[in-house]
Amino acid sequence: MRLSTEEVRHIALLARVGMTDDEVELMRDQLSNILGHFDSLQEMDTDGVDPTGHAADVETVMREDRVAESIDRDDALSNVPRREGDFVRVRAVLE
Amino acid sequence: MSSPDLNALTLREASSLLAGRDVSSVELTQAVLDRIDRVDPNVKAFVTVTADVALEQARKADARIASGDGRALTGVPMMLKDNLCTTGIATTCSSRMLEDFVPTYDAEVTRRLCDEGAVLVGKGNLDEFAMGSSTENSAFHPTMNPWDLERVPGGSSGGPAAAVAAGECLFALGSDTGGSIRQPAALCGVVGLKPTYGLVSRYGLIAFASSLDQIGPLTREVTDAAMVLNVIAGHDPRDSTSIDTEPPDYTRGLGAGIKGLRVGVPEEYFVEGIDPEVERSVRDAVQVLADLGAEVEETSLPHSSYAMAIYYIIAPSEASANLARYDGVKYGYSATDAASMWDALAKTRQEGFGPEVKRRIMLGTYALSAGYFDAYYLKAQKARTLIRREFEEAFQRFDVLASPTSPSVAFKLGDKMDDPVQMYLNDIFTQPANIAGIPAISVQGGMVDGLPVGLQLMGPHMGEETLLRTAHAYEQATDWHTRFPDLY
Repeated sequence: MRLSTEEVRHIALLARVGMTDDEVELMRDQLSNILGHFDSLQEMDTDGVDPTGHAADVETVMREDRVAESIDRDDALSNVPRREGDFVRVRAVLE
Repeated sequence: MSSPDLNALTLREASSLLAGRDVSSVELTQAVLDRIDRVDPNVKAFVTVTADVALEQARKADARIASGDGRALTGVPMMLKDNLCTTGIATTCSSRMLEDFVPTYDAEVTRRLCDEGAVLVGKGNLDEFAMGSSTENSAFHPTMNPWDLERVPGGSSGGPAAAVAAGECLFALGSDTGGSIRQPAALCGVVGLKPTYGLVSRYGLIAFASSLDQIGPLTREVTDAAMVLNVIAGHDPRDSTSIDTEPPDYTRGLGAGIKGLRVGVPEEYFVEGIDPEVERSVRDAVQVLADLGAEVEETSLPHSSYAMAIYYIIAPSEASANLARYDGVKYGYSATDAASMWDALAKTRQEGFGPEVKRRIMLGTYALSAGYFDAYYLKAQKARTLIRREFEEAFQRFDVLASPTSPSVAFKLGDKMDDPVQMYLNDIFTQPANIAGIPAISVQGGMVDGLPVGLQLMGPHMGEETLLRTAHAYEQATDWHTRFPDLY
């Protein structure tokens, strides 16, 4: 199965990854090739099989709701690219 | 006693010399730092060398040992893969996206090792965000295989594997999502253990594929791996998938032998495309297990051939969700010249991520997108159940399954970079253990043309003691582990 250029652009939009036209074409070739290797999976009979989301048998973990030390505000903001005082500066969401 | 070569010690030997105060941690750490100065310009295993931190920790370790409070790893120089968070020390994932990221907290494994008194000499190179099998996807530089500097060390934990093989640390921690500890361990001729999913806390491991990721040790010898596992295994309430159990002393059963041990050899792990010399080495290694008294039998795991497709749907799907957090707002790289918020987001990710990371984000986004979810992601999750069942059934008949770790020995830099699928095929024998969540170890099982071959042993859920005992018995019956690459 070969992806179309439009499909690749649509996935890139969903993933929020910018791409040049050349990158889109290269991605189109490579993804199509990789997806071709997944076709064999359709041979597997999985009727009535439950999906496994996790290798461990995960149960909901509960804990007491207790007040405890948390990360310091300055520490939490120390890696912010654009900081103003105790705020994170972001670009306008609505224009 | 005569003074030992401090660059050729195993962790077990170093631990004993430190405890007996025959060597100080400062002396040992300085010897390791000198070794790094000498060989790392060629090997390039490190992203960051933390010499000052290391010498400070070494002085504290010496004081602690002198006061009688030393533990097994106190004063021992180690490397951590650069996707494990270290407070105040850059943790880059070998990505432009996190080039300047300095964590404000320690990973649980970092905390445990620091409490133990281990000495951090630096952070190890990896394929960007642990995605790759050669360490060529590092955004900074590739790492070379100490056995042949024109060849790759494997990946994604190529830095840790190469550093252990080159004597640039006494042990390292890596992470393994589809083989990222075991495959580089095999290609560099060291021991690499991927524990049972949930045995080691993932808190502070920068996430790739959360249902598959697991942290584990890379070491010179099997005993060393057991000693490290003793420190890092155990429950952590900050990882909701952490198994609530009190781990045993993993060194205790070593040396008990493997008489009567039932070893299965799955035929699907000796497929077309495997290097015939690798196959011969691994079959010889299995014969050694038989000579030691194990009951070896051929078997079949027919679903194994689907593991690669399952893995390359599930892992990128989880990655596409995990890596959505890199938005240039809270931390990490942030594109500056953008017209709008959406434009900034797309540009940040275009410039911050390398080609393989983008490929996997795209693949995962596709597999999870409307119209394809059932055919890819849901199908892969159901197939995952069948792989798990197949292993469960096999471990009713066998204690251990033996196979090659990787279909080939170390390949040359650049050989597989143009074809993603060729690169993905490196991990076909290691991915099934991650899919099933079971433990697996790689030990050196021979040499082909001067390059190490890996013997992989897989065990049932929480079967680490048996795996380590088997690997140890093999190691002690052979002399592969005593060889050192000639780097001078």
